[in-house]
Amino acid sequence: MPESNILPSGKPRIDSLELRGITKRFPGVLANDHVNFDVKAGEVHALLGENGAGKSTLMKTVYGLYHPDEGEILLNGKPVHISSPTDSINLGIGMIHQHFMLVPSLTVAENVALGLPSSRGPLTDLDAVSKRILELADIYGLRIDPSAYVWQLSVGQQQRIEIIKALYRGAALLILDEPTAVLTPQEVDELFVIMRQMTKDGHALIFISHKLHEVVEICQRVSVLRDGRMIGTRPTSETTKQDLANWMVGREVGFTPDRGNVQRGEVRLKLENVQCGSDRGTPGLRGVSLDIHSGEILGIAGVSGNGQRELADAVTGLRKITGGKVTLENADITNLPPAEITERMLSYIPEERMRDGMIKDFTVAENMILREHHKEPYSRYGFLNLKNISSNADMLIKKFHVKTPSQETLAKNLSGGNIQKIVLAREISRSPRVIIAAQPTRGLDIGATEYVREQLLEQRKQGTAIILISEDLDEILALSDRIAVIYEGSVMDIVPRSEATPQRLGLLMAGVHPE
Amino acid sequence: MKKFLQSEWMSRLIDALLPVFATLAALIIGAVMLLFLGVNPIVAYKALWDGAFGSGNAFAETLVKATPLLLVGLGICISFRGDVINIGGEGQMIIGGILATWIGLTFTGLPGWLAITLALLAGFLGGAIWGGIPGYLKAYFNVNEILSTVMMNAIAVQIMNFMMRGPMLDPIQAAKASKIPQTARLIEAFRLARWSPTRLHLGVLIAVILAILVYILLWRTTLGYRIRAVGMNPLASRYAGIKVPRYIVMSLLLSGAFAGLAGAIQVYGVNYRMITDGSASGFTGNAGFNGIVAALFGQLHPLWSIPASILFGALLVGANQMQRVVQVPSALITALNGLVVVFVVSSEFLRRRRQRQRLAHAKMDDAPPDKTSQPAEASA
Repeated sequence: MPESNILPSGKPRIDSLELRGITKRFPGVLANDHVNFDVKAGEVHALLGENGAGKSTLMKTVYGLYHPDEGEILLNGKPVHISSPTDSINLGIGMIHQHFMLVPSLTVAENVALGLPSSRGPLTDLDAVSKRILELADIYGLRIDPSAYVWQLSVGQQQRIEIIKALYRGAALLILDEPTAVLTPQEVDELFVIMRQMTKDGHALIFISHKLHEVVEICQRVSVLRDGRMIGTRPTSETTKQDLANWMVGREVGFTPDRGNVQRGEVRLKLENVQCGSDRGTPGLRGVSLDIHSGEILGIAGVSGNGQRELADAVTGLRKITGGKVTLENADITNLPPAEITERMLSYIPEERMRDGMIKDFTVAENMILREHHKEPYSRYGFLNLKNISSNADMLIKKFHVKTPSQETLAKNLSGGNIQKIVLAREISRSPRVIIAAQPTRGLDIGATEYVREQLLEQRKQGTAIILISEDLDEILALSDRIAVIYEGSVMDIVPRSEATPQRLGLLMAGVHPE
Repeated sequence: MKKFLQSEWMSRLIDALLPVFATLAALIIGAVMLLFLGVNPIVAYKALWDGAFGSGNAFAETLVKATPLLLVGLGICISFRGDVINIGGEGQMIIGGILATWIGLTFTGLPGWLAITLALLAGFLGGAIWGGIPGYLKAYFNVNEILSTVMMNAIAVQIMNFMMRGPMLDPIQAAKASKIPQTARLIEAFRLARWSPTRLHLGVLIAVILAILVYILLWRTTLGYRIRAVGMNPLASRYAGIKVPRYIVMSLLLSGAFAGLAGAIQVYGVNYRMITDGSASGFTGNAGFNGIVAALFGQLHPLWSIPASILFGALLVGANQMQRVVQVPSALITALNGLVVVFVVSSEFLRRRRQRQRLAHAKMDDAPPDKTSQPAEASA
């Protein structure tokens, strides 16, 4: 770490930030219970915990969005009072939120300048801002064009703008709230390069995540929160992923679920040479042929953007198939409207569950019947049967362990894991013949992930044919009976579970055919 | 815990009263304006109150004015919940009025109840067509419904002017040189029952019953479920197998139908004929627009739209009285109405923010896991 107290960005360093005995109560909830936490210049300190463990509350306290009921915050050993984000920014604390706070129709420079006084009074000083952005980009290795419009940029690039925004405002300590949740594996690697550079330069970073392998890779120390209490802090070198998982969940966690012995049955879903376009107008699928049997999970592995989305859309009827044929239980469903395909008991767990799987202003109970609302027992002669809808919701909430204050709660007020449980409950409870599950555990914490996987395996046991689309190779390997690797819209190969290794799949995913 | 419940209760009470505070605030600013004009605001507001609620007849007038606002507002509740902005209430009222009038003037041999029923249905249908066209254009050709409904208003006005001056011109006027553009009067048997000596007519009751039916439609029927689903998230609705375009058409069609019915009821309950001054407001009294405000004031809820419409009806009627008594320019009355709208709409934002803050605090993300619902127990 450099000797000087000044960071390359020209701002003073934060040597240490310490939280002592932070307690935060919400009505009926103890979100943080006498939590101690500290971070030092030059380190990445991971804050681990399940959804609802109190991570966000703690960090919002540091950032001035919440005020602790008890406890104190010490900056460089001196107590400070942070009553608003403005205070924390002035102290050199920055936060990268999980959902970006950017205006898509403005340029990078305009977004960075947004909310800051201009050096030229009422006139904008975008040239000066751009110059400074380029300086910072140079120091920290953040490639970015200040004149690009935000809507043109990828998610990874948008995150870089958020980092630049924080640095521009003089952040010496950065809180990264689940920064990798929205990134592709390549973008994650790029982010880690940036993070390493920042710690080398003397920044202090707090990394919130529940992805254990990332924590082990990038962090020097790790703290685990559970039920609002600090379970402990350790150097990452002295822990294992298994330890951390057990700490987080509070019990032994199984990474490889029991698959049991299931007899594969008849072909339920058949794709023959299916072709379709993509959103960008380029070919999305270039002739895909697959058979999915009853009692089988067919994993679709591949780097994101190689046709996974198009595959799911084509089968569910949401995208026009330009060639080939899709057969569901011997019936041709090629290009049928989605409403008719869903009637044939094809269930879909979409990748973007908040956007495609859920109506966030509907209650939990209303969301639970989204697919079956027009059928008995939920509807009769065009009238909803509120009693049956309500008892259905109660039953599913209980069966799928959805954490919600009530079935009348709006879906948008639930956490991601619980929203996924609602989608899962709805799609599974209708006893589907085929399930298409796209990234079913993305963004979920360990407990919820384990649960979703168990449920998919349970469906397999019942004889459902399942397509599992996932970018997480561990997940594919843990669940699939056969694995199809997709690359640029074509299936490179279909590998039986017994022959699948990460190396072999990795090569196929890169488009290399090992001969 | 008890304290917490009390504060939660207080907080909700304040929310419920916010529109009342907002109305009071608007009236206070109005009072300042009145003072500048050298008018005693207490006298003025007393006139306003008396005009709207001071007597049985005054209150009846308020209800008569509130009726078209409520009917248009019911349609707005449907379309806005379907995420379709219907600005075409004026045109839909006109077409509904024309069709209903035509029934009454053509089939004079029918029994009264049948003629009225047919006429109201015709009004409903006329509005449905006039709303359904922009709905169809939006659903299948992605034509912006704000533009198309406004255009449909202009077309409806010209159709009305043509009909009143040509095919539907009152034969008495046709014989005279004045040729006032209006239709003949409906025969007495075809008029909605009145609570004489006031002008309070059966349409008021019809509107209130329909408010209850719209509530049932939105929250108790499959159609309402779909309209709301499509309005809130068309993508998820499509994924779930709902035919999205069909329900976009449906929400505009129904919205127009209620405005059309408002037009028919204006003819059969109040005017007994159609008359045009060349503009839409001559027939509608701007109810096609004011109904939107009333519905928004009622938080797009059909039942809350009832008191909201009465409040706006009262302001319209009371303001006339105030103008007569204290002799203020009519522009001031318009300004006062506008102030109430602005304040009430702003208070709605305030209410939502308070709600969000409460929700943020109760958000499940920060709640510790509930021990009884751990997946652990399922797998154990």
